Formats: sequence, C-alpha cells, structure tokens
Amino acid sequence: MKILVALKQVPDTETKIKVAADGKSLDPADVKWITSPYDEYALEEAIRIKEGKGAEVMALSVGGDTAKDVLKNALALGADSAVLLKGDGQGDAFAVAQMIAAYAKDKGFDLILCGNKGLGGDNAAMGPMLAELLGVAQANVVVKLELGEGTFKAEREIEGGSEVVEGALPAVITAQKGLNEPRYASLKGIMAAKKKTIEELDAAAVTAGAQVSALALPPERPAGRLLQGDAPAQAQALLQALKDEAKVF
Amino acid sequence: MAGAYATFTHITDYMGFEGLLTEEERMIRETARKFVNAEVLPIIEKHAQDQTFPKHLIPKMGELGFYGPSLPEEYGCMGVSNVAYGLLMYELERGDSGLRSFASVQGSLVMWPIYAYGSEEQKKYWLPKLAAGEKIGCFGLTEPDFGSNPGGMLTKAVREPGGKWRINGTKMWITNGTVADVAVVWAQTEDGIRGFLVEKGTPGFSAPEMKGKWSLRASTTSELVLEDVIVDEKASLLPNVKGLKGPLGCLTQARYGIAWGALGAADACYQCALDYAKSRIQFDKPIASFQLQQEKLAWMVTELTKGQLLVHQLGRLKDAKTYTPAQVSMAKMNNVNVSLEICRKARTILGANGILDEYPVMRHMANLESVYTYEGTHDMHTLVIGQEVTGIPAYR
Repeated sequence: MKILVALKQVPDTETKIKVAADGKSLDPADVKWITSPYDEYALEEAIRIKEGKGAEVMALSVGGDTAKDVLKNALALGADSAVLLKGDGQGDAFAVAQMIAAYAKDKGFDLILCGNKGLGGDNAAMGPMLAELLGVAQANVVVKLELGEGTFKAEREIEGGSEVVEGALPAVITAQKGLNEPRYASLKGIMAAKKKTIEELDAAAVTAGAQVSALALPPERPAGRLLQGDAPAQAQALLQALKDEAKVF
Repeated sequence: MAGAYATFTHITDYMGFEGLLTEEERMIRETARKFVNAEVLPIIEKHAQDQTFPKHLIPKMGELGFYGPSLPEEYGCMGVSNVAYGLLMYELERGDSGLRSFASVQGSLVMWPIYAYGSEEQKKYWLPKLAAGEKIGCFGLTEPDFGSNPGGMLTKAVREPGGKWRINGTKMWITNGTVADVAVVWAQTEDGIRGFLVEKGTPGFSAPEMKGKWSLRASTTSELVLEDVIVDEKASLLPNVKGLKGPLGCLTQARYGIAWGALGAADACYQCALDYAKSRIQFDKPIASFQLQQEKLAWMVTELTKGQLLVHQLGRLKDAKTYTPAQVSMAKMNNVNVSLEICRKARTILGANGILDEYPVMRHMANLESVYTYEGTHDMHTLVIGQEVTGIPAYR
C-alpha cells in the first residue's frame, strides 16, 4: 500500500502576525514555522497504518526551502520518503491542489491523507479539490478511519452529528482533531531521518483560482466601557446603548 | 498570562544561539520541548506539592530515547552529540529539575560508568534496559559524613572466597535510590575505591526514602544502606577503573548536563517574569515599563544568553573530546549560580504571585538551591577553577 501525506507549513499560533509591505502577504521575518496541526493527524494516521498493516509512506509539501523542516520532521516521525514541490505553498488552495495532483496522478497512491484545513488560512479546500482533480473518492473532516481490502470506512464530523461514509480506494481523506493523538519524534527517529534525503522538484506550472488582493489584521478592539451606578441604572444604560449605539433593537 | 501551564513555544534566544545548532540538535530540542509542554507542565506542580515523582513518565522518556542518548547505538542508545544531550537536559529542567535529575542520574551516573568502566557482559545486559527505561539506576557516592571529600568514604568492600565481595556502609542524598533496580555503589577496597552494581532485593541492601525536602520535591531522594551485602564479582564489580577518578569521571558527565539543565529552569522563570511584567498593571501601566523591573529583566536575559553560549562551546569541546573537568566546573558553577539568581529575580517581579504554585518560579528557585550544592558545590567548583589557574589546590 502506498500512502501520500500532504503537509503544509504554517506560522506557529504564538507568532505575532505582521503583514508584508506589499499588503497582500505575511511578513516572513520572525515567523516560527510549524506543521499545520491537522496535517499532523494525517501523518500520524499514515504511520499507524504503516505499523498496523504495512505501507510505504511518502510525505509531500509545497513551498520553499523552509518547508523542508516540515518534511524532515515527517521523516523523523516515520515517513519513508519525502518530496518538496518547490512553489508557493502559502498561495491559493486550487493552485496547490493542482501542483499535488500533477505530481501524484501517475504514482499509484492508494491513499492520500492531509489535514481538513491548513491552520491560519482555514480554507478547507485543498483536499476536496485534490480528490476532484485526481478523480478519486474523498471523505473530509474524518475522526475515524478503517481500511478494508481496497475500501475505506470513515467517520466524519457533520453539523450536529457524525456521518459514516464508505468508498473504494484510492481516496483522499482529510483529517480532523480526534482522529488520533500524534506522537513525538523520538531521538532514534530524528537520527534515522538524518540518513534520508528530501527529493526536490519544481512544482507544475498552474493557474491560480483566486488572487489575494489585500491582507489586513483585524481592527484593534476598542477599550471596554464600564457602566456606572446601581443595577437598575446599569440596565437602563445598557438598554440605551444597545438601542442607540449598537442599534440591535 | 504566564501560569504554571503556560507553554511558551520558543526558547529564549537573544544571540542567535539556535543558529549554532545542527538540524538534528534543533529537532531533538523541539521534541523535548513538546514533551515537557504536554506531559510535564500540566502535572508537575501537584507532584511537587505532594512530594511524588511522576513515575509514569519514565517509560515514555525511555521510548523517546532520553536516557544516555550520547552513548553508542550498539547498546540501544542514540549516538547524539553532546550539545543535543545538553539541549535535552535544558528542556527537561524547564519542566522540573527533578525530571532532569532523573535523566542525569540514569544517563550520566549509571549508564555512563557501566559504558566506560563495565565489562562487555555488563554493558550488553544493562545499557539497553536502562536506555529504554525498563530498569532504573541510582548512583551511590556521597555519605552522611563525606560530601565534598568523597575520598574519605567509609563504605568498604572486602573480597570473599568464591569470587564474591562483601559490602558495608551507608550512602546519602541518592537521587532515584528508592525506585532504582540497580545502584552503582562506590566503596573502599584494598585496591582503592571501586564501583559495584548492586541490584534491588539483594539481601542486606535497602534504600529508604528521605522526606521533608523543600527542594526537588518531585524527585525521589534516598539513603542506601548496605549491611553485609554479598555480590558476585563478575556481575557486580566494574572491572575497568580503580581509584577516585572512577566516580569523579561520572560526576564530570553529570555536571556537564547540569550546566545546561539549570538554564532551562532559568529560561522558564525569565519567560514567566517577562510575560507577567508586560501584563501586570500598576500605576496605570505595565510594570515592565519601570526601570527597576527592566534592569532585572535585562540582567536575566543577559546572564541566560551568556550561559547558553558557555555551554554550547563546552559541548563542542566535549564533542571534539578536548574538554577538561575544570572547564565543566566553570560551566556548572556559573550556570547554576546565575540560574538561581534569575529565578530569585523572577520571583521579585511576580511579587506575591511569585510564591504561588500557579507559577513555576518558586518551585524552580527552590530546586536550584539543591542543584547549587549537589554534584560539586558552588564553592568546590570555585576552588577547582582556582587550582586550574594558580596551580595550587586550596582545599587540601
């Protein structure tokens, strides 16, 4: 069984985001990059399948040189090989899906795993697009995955409940928190990863589906206002403010 | 705000220290940091309050390869650089000194002497089990009346007929003693000081726990009592070392890790104090805007940074096998001393909140009071450096 895991490099949640001078992209200075946590669930699932029934796991990322850290980490966690598609991994989801599809289409992957969304961008679009481009089955926001002989059974989160879907492999499965508990890279894995290499390829030339026209931080929250007086006076003032200022009535 | 559970994702790096590390060194540090954030910080205050060691972490740390990782792979270890080992100690002590002490003792004071002084059979039998955390070790050198002067020890081992030895004596301040499966016990013999592996359950051997500590409360500290303990020479005696240089060689290894580890505790306190100072409002502004607090923070980050660069250089010398014990003494002496002072200053920045277990500061500070004294006191290391530069030993 061959599994491809697509991993996205994203800014650490503690990073103070700054907009670059072009007004459309992140300022990469002082950004600490991490693997998108949803992709970590995807990778962990692939490694568990490998340990359970045997599989060859390839990690893939679209991005620049810094994205190699994500792949090194995947190798340390147990991926057998890694490939970097050199291109703009932070860009449009459709562009990234096309790049991965162009690479994966004739490689015979039985299963492609990725996070249900990239942390920060939160488009939740790349995985489904990839499945469509490859013409394979898909299950998204998956919290439980079972594989049969050439089949899959996935439990996915839906509004107000869960849904179980079954289908035939190959398939794209996008992982949700709860699918598993990712492991830490062991020192043994880290030392073993030293001996593995990352294949670097130019990503296919693609046309983006959307362009970012502007990127802005949310406006700073104004200071709160403290209402004065006893409870009836405060209630009166609150009602007045909701009516006249917030205009909710 | 920075409570005890605050999981700062970045190491304090004022001088581009991370850029001096190799890729695998950075990855090893990250793994240890994630482990500490997820597994240690949420539980450690309660263990410290209850005076219990978080035993459930022992096999987890073994699985990750945290014990004796710089020893070779043929014995179940990882062959990582000394800098990587140091970074591991830094991150573990950022969790708690007790945890780092556990790993220091297991790796540097038990696995290292078996590796350096043991027979091939002893290495093959013990090292993989100790590396995996299946077996726990402790190190018995210090005695109630012999601390800085271990050469005066009273514990004696006498050769018996049939390839046996009889050991009598008492050891004190032994980290992991009560939980250990094997003790490395140092004893006087007719050939000078020799090391013995004494297994738990050997008749006459017991390891009662010492209670009542105000420091290293999340760590097991014990006495070792040996009353006519009979051991088999082949299994027990470490054949390849005689004299005080045996135990001192182990201590050099452990001190190296301590010089890194103490900075981890200091980093935790510095980050906590910085975060607190920026969010604590007095006189309508953050206390970080006051010069007195800034002076403390500036001093803390400067000393932390100097300490990092000192141990990094020492680690590179150790990797090149050109380091000296006197260099290790300087790193241990300086880094523990400044770390303790950083913790104390952090406590003052946090004001009354500094004494609460909602913050890690008082725990780290109290822990470092032990670290200041153990593995060669601050004063002894000062005299070692004095001897190194003058050629005159002042302690004899």
